[in-house]
Amino acid sequence: MSFSITDPSRRQKWIAGILVVTYAIVTLLPLVWIIATGFKTPPDSIAYPPKVFFSPSLEGYVNLFTSRSRVTPEDLAALGPPATWYDAIVRQYDMVITGPSRYGERFLNSVIIGFGSTFLSVFLGTIAAYAFSRFKVPLKDDLLFFILSTRMMPPIAVAIPIFLMYRQLGLNDTHLGMILLYTAVNLSLSVWLLKGFIDEIPIEYEEAALIDGYTRFQAFYKVVLPQAATGIASTAIFCLIFAWNEYAFAVLLTSGDAQTAPPFIPTIIGTGGKDWPAVAAGATLFLVPIMVFTILLRKHLLRGITFGAVRK
Amino acid sequence: MSDPMAHRIAAATPPALAHRIRGLSDRAIAWVFVAPTIFLLLAVNIFPLIWTIRLSLTDFRTNRPNNPVKFVGIENYRKILTDADTWLSLQATAHFLIWTIVLQVVIGFALAYLINKKFRGNDLWTTLIVLPMMLSPAVVGNFWTFLYQPQIGLFNYVIAFFTGADPSSFSMIGEVGLAPWAIVIVDTWMWTPFVMLICLAGLRSIPPSIYEAAECDRASKWRQFWTITIPMVLPFLMLAVLFRGIENFKMFDLVVQLTGGGPGATTQLVSIDLKREAFEKWRTGYASAYAVILFVTVFGLASIYVKALNKVKDR
Amino acid sequence: MNREDWTMKAKLLKTSAALAVVAALGSVSAAQAEDLTLCWAAWDPANALIELSKEYEAQSGNTMHFEFVPWTSFADRMLNELNSGGKLCDLMIGDSQWIGGAAENGQYIKLNDFFDANGISMDAFIPATVVGYSEWPKNTPNYWSLPAFGDVVGWTYRKDWFAEPQNQADFKAKYGRDLAVPKTFAELKDIAEFFQGREEDGKKVYGAYIYTERGSEGITMGAMDVLYSFGFKYDNPDKPYDMEGFVNSDKAVAGLEFYKSLYDCCSPPGMSNAYMGEGVDAFKSGQVAMQMNFAFTWPGFNTDPNVGGDKTGYFPNPAGPDGEQFAQLGGQGISVVAASEKQDAALTYIKWFAQPDVQAKWWKLGGYSALKAVVEDPGFATSQPYAQTFLDSMAIVKDFWAEPSYATLMQSSQKWFHDYVVAGNGTAKEALDGLAADWHATFEEEGKY
Repeated sequence: MSFSITDPSRRQKWIAGILVVTYAIVTLLPLVWIIATGFKTPPDSIAYPPKVFFSPSLEGYVNLFTSRSRVTPEDLAALGPPATWYDAIVRQYDMVITGPSRYGERFLNSVIIGFGSTFLSVFLGTIAAYAFSRFKVPLKDDLLFFILSTRMMPPIAVAIPIFLMYRQLGLNDTHLGMILLYTAVNLSLSVWLLKGFIDEIPIEYEEAALIDGYTRFQAFYKVVLPQAATGIASTAIFCLIFAWNEYAFAVLLTSGDAQTAPPFIPTIIGTGGKDWPAVAAGATLFLVPIMVFTILLRKHLLRGITFGAVRK
Repeated sequence: MSDPMAHRIAAATPPALAHRIRGLSDRAIAWVFVAPTIFLLLAVNIFPLIWTIRLSLTDFRTNRPNNPVKFVGIENYRKILTDADTWLSLQATAHFLIWTIVLQVVIGFALAYLINKKFRGNDLWTTLIVLPMMLSPAVVGNFWTFLYQPQIGLFNYVIAFFTGADPSSFSMIGEVGLAPWAIVIVDTWMWTPFVMLICLAGLRSIPPSIYEAAECDRASKWRQFWTITIPMVLPFLMLAVLFRGIENFKMFDLVVQLTGGGPGATTQLVSIDLKREAFEKWRTGYASAYAVILFVTVFGLASIYVKALNKVKDR
Repeated sequence: MNREDWTMKAKLLKTSAALAVVAALGSVSAAQAEDLTLCWAAWDPANALIELSKEYEAQSGNTMHFEFVPWTSFADRMLNELNSGGKLCDLMIGDSQWIGGAAENGQYIKLNDFFDANGISMDAFIPATVVGYSEWPKNTPNYWSLPAFGDVVGWTYRKDWFAEPQNQADFKAKYGRDLAVPKTFAELKDIAEFFQGREEDGKKVYGAYIYTERGSEGITMGAMDVLYSFGFKYDNPDKPYDMEGFVNSDKAVAGLEFYKSLYDCCSPPGMSNAYMGEGVDAFKSGQVAMQMNFAFTWPGFNTDPNVGGDKTGYFPNPAGPDGEQFAQLGGQGISVVAASEKQDAALTYIKWFAQPDVQAKWWKLGGYSALKAVVEDPGFATSQPYAQTFLDSMAIVKDFWAEPSYATLMQSSQKWFHDYVVAGNGTAKEALDGLAADWHATFEEEGKY
């Protein structure tokens, strides 16, 4: 990189670095605490005062993935020695594993609904944003504002009519129903962000392509899309974050087949109280896919939003 | 341009004709591209809204499907607007909204500004800072009740460590004076990265040449900041404020898990109040009117705001 | 709705229930395997029920599915399901207070004829659970569910701390009596004050954990335990729904003031939005000497590594100043959802569940059976350390309104109690006056006057 007079000095960089790293450490503390809690035993997790140092245990993860039930001490004695290490963990509380928990299914639902709706909202958002950006759409500004306005409705407000409507259509508690719902909610963000990105792509590129004999579709597909790739990627991240984590609709509209993980995780209970290690374990695992997605698309997230640098 | 045929056809077509064909297809494409979005939004957003407006004029209750539904006109609206509890909820929401936006804009912008100094490893740290906003608000709210617990939670012990106070001497979500701040803290923790990212995008959109020109004119750094940086980032910042504003006006999951609206009604935001009416008291008609009022409020505020945003953008 | 409408409706429902039973009996011979879904709250007993149900699956060939929702959203989620005529649940173990609404709106099937046809007698169950979980209108032989899980608010205490000689001596020096299980709320408060801020096991501990949750029903379930024993009444026994002077009587005011004083003096800091789970955490982590909680939590303490075994004792809700002693009823009955298409198969589950040996196993797994044959068994009281306390508590229960408008009534009490006890707004008199006015308005809307 060539030297420029506007480049920050070495000292400035150091100060900036220290401040940012300090902020990052403070802000990551609760997150680290969640992850650490996942590796505590239930008594350690609610220790008073809180335990910073503890001997790690996989009890939270065992409890997350299994359903257990209390048995009488006599029945327990009749069972013989535990067959596996996780059986042994469970049995110290007079419990036996009765089968897998629902966490796996809920997680899979989140994957299907989260990624499905993200794909759909980015796809529809891209073409709509392209149309708004390039063509004379009648009442363009009104339509754009209308799209934005749909995001203003509190989910609670639309939940009842949607619930009744979905029941009529047979979309209640289905993957398709949730995908369509999340897509609709995300479209406003998607159209608005992508219109910004596409606006910044010089129209001359397409005009050149059109003059070269490309059709509009070809120009869109071969010229605009590659240019907008970074914008699309960062839009996808924001859409995914919403769809992956949504709670209000999920808790009111799904119950069995299509329930996602967010309404499920806080319901994980242990003996009597909340099983904090299992909740933490569930939250940690649930963070992993979206974290991977973010890190993979990191360059797009950071450079993506800087796309406007190619300003006309 | 690999297709020589297209070249030849393009070359052979008179320009006016070509323009006309493209123009026609452009309009078609525009509609094909916009229609699915509009259709979906109509079906999933507008249709329920109309339904809600209809319900808001009745005394319908979802838990009494057998009762006759009576048309009550604007009675529900009158009741809501004259109910002191509604105004308390609006106040709580305003406090939450204003302070989260102020804090997130200030911290988010400062972070973006610092990260834009491009120190070594800024990429990695940015990615780490962004992590809290990847979490599910419901799970976050749930877990922060645990972190805020004076005896077994982390938060009070960290504060105690720095101030020397007894960790059990205060309770973030239990005290009327602290609870409104407890929800502001968690939302700020979670969503500052969002504002930061948008600010960062704004900062990086500023061509270095503008600063270089300013340097040549011997403008001070301070002057450059106020005359170049801030105006250039402003449209981005305003967009971030718009999105955060709308989100937090609707705020439900995080706060309901964190405080349940308490203590008393201290943190009972409008969405929580609405949810109680709609899904606990089952006053569907009344709740629908409430929803319409909220929607009109946020729609009105946002349209004024977007006008201002467009003005700033066009400048 | 007046009495005439009632009987009309009851008759209609009775006929349809009878038809359903006939259909059920007819199809038993042609028993084809069904998938049944049972809906309940997500908690310990629900896991035990999965285990118990394996026997039913083996016997009937039907497959059981379970839908468990956490307590704080249980009512929202399930009432939504019932109100919208959802077919998710075939069997519902719904909260006791839903029974009025579910019965009046025809959301549950009436079970009288089914009980008669299968020789199930409600006399075989603890009377309080029959009234509380099954009957609507209350105290009439109209049954909408079978008592499934008996539950009641009681107290746990740290036996080891109570027994410690130093504590014993200090307490006696200060209060002039032995440190023992409290018989009255005044004694309970003394003990709570005594432990508040005291050092036990090397940590500062607190007196008593009490319910304060705002969102669903927590603070009401807690405050009512005190209010009942102080003399609070829901309405005039001679004039239903007449609440003035009963809800807000001087005795009730004293009770609410007591609850607040207990919250202010002796509960652990931060317990301002706390319900069952927080109570369990506080007790297990050794923060409190005494804990108010539903009986379902007790089996968990017994096996806990920190407070298990001899460290934990149990006692029923203490008496008020006039010697009156009541406890808040919890628990649920099991009902068949009217919208279900598999009502006949669902009824076979209830029939199976009502059998004495199934109920006996239910108790062993940690489910509080409400069957007299189980709880009156000579070995019952000593079968678990908390069994006797459970029996004593079940004998003194009272329940909240079970009216169709229960949710609205509950929200009013939640608001007024939390606002006074936790947020410290206004006086107890104002809170109860406000509550009586709100309840009056709700019943007025219902056309009760």
